Amino acid sequence: MVSRPALDDHAYVRSGAEQTAVKILVVGHFAVGKTTFIGTLSEITPLSTEESMTRVSETVDDLKGVRGKTTTTVALDFGRLTLSDRVVLYLFGTPGQERFVNLWEDMARGALGALVLVDPERLSDSFAVMDLVEEHGLAYAIGINHFDGTPSRTEAAVREALDLLPETPVVVMDARDERSSTDALITLVRYLQQRAALEHA
Amino acid sequence: MTDHSLPEHDSETDAELEAADLVRPYVITGGRELPAEHQFSLITLVTTAADQRQRPNRLSPEEQQLLEMCSGGYLSVAEIAGHTQLPLGVLKVLLSSLTEGGYLVTRAPVPQARLVDKELLQEVLNGLQARLG
Repeated sequence: MVSRPALDDHAYVRSGAEQTAVKILVVGHFAVGKTTFIGTLSEITPLSTEESMTRVSETVDDLKGVRGKTTTTVALDFGRLTLSDRVVLYLFGTPGQERFVNLWEDMARGALGALVLVDPERLSDSFAVMDLVEEHGLAYAIGINHFDGTPSRTEAAVREALDLLPETPVVVMDARDERSSTDALITLVRYLQQRAALEHA
Repeated sequence: MTDHSLPEHDSETDAELEAADLVRPYVITGGRELPAEHQFSLITLVTTAADQRQRPNRLSPEEQQLLEMCSGGYLSVAEIAGHTQLPLGVLKVLLSSLTEGGYLVTRAPVPQARLVDKELLQEVLNGLQARLG
């Protein structure tokens, strides 16, 4: 099983940062750019692991080879960012389809919040993930992942289509760009701060 | 493998699992029970205990290799799963048993109540801003 028992030094969490491990979920529909986002920001080569999931629907037809099984597995992508001498942040790419609902229990527990990536041309594909995020009570910001050649919809149009609260942050971003992706996370964390301040008030 | 996260709801589903899916995990874990749900999260950090005794031979090859991997510093459960490609449920059983045996130490992630902690969020923010240079 273990092909590389001895890992490179950089594979390990920097000494001290193990004091505080936090996670943020990067969610969105299939092929919206979650894996790209994590790859752009992660200090380690993004890894993936498999979680078992129970089929919710009998009509799963777009995953090869799952017909006739009651459970299947889903790959989770994740990456790591050391933020300070005592804080390490993990990013988990979480699929947004309703059939992954069991997985969400595990993923949402203990998360600071979620960045929801949306494709301006496929906003209706984000409805399922928006439902999951809200069901699990996750604080979230919206990242409009701006693909080449796609006319950018206005923030107002996204807000309306996704029925967002006025305070929910929306940021136009490029998951391939480190600065832009970092800015999206900063927007989310500032929003988390505002919410925390309200809770303490 | 079983969906250990929802054992109370999934007994029927578990029973329907194909036997082939279960045999190898069962062998690797020596038939041990899956650990309590909250013992290891994806971001629980794990490393080898500093005062580790001589490793007895009774550890399985998988366990020996896990100890080897964890000896270089802290890794999250998710990272260990990614490096080993072991299913998470199986990995958690092995880590649990190695921790109980005193071979591994763990650091739990930030507790739920601290997730809205002002200082923690500020430190996360500062860390992200520092990356912009």
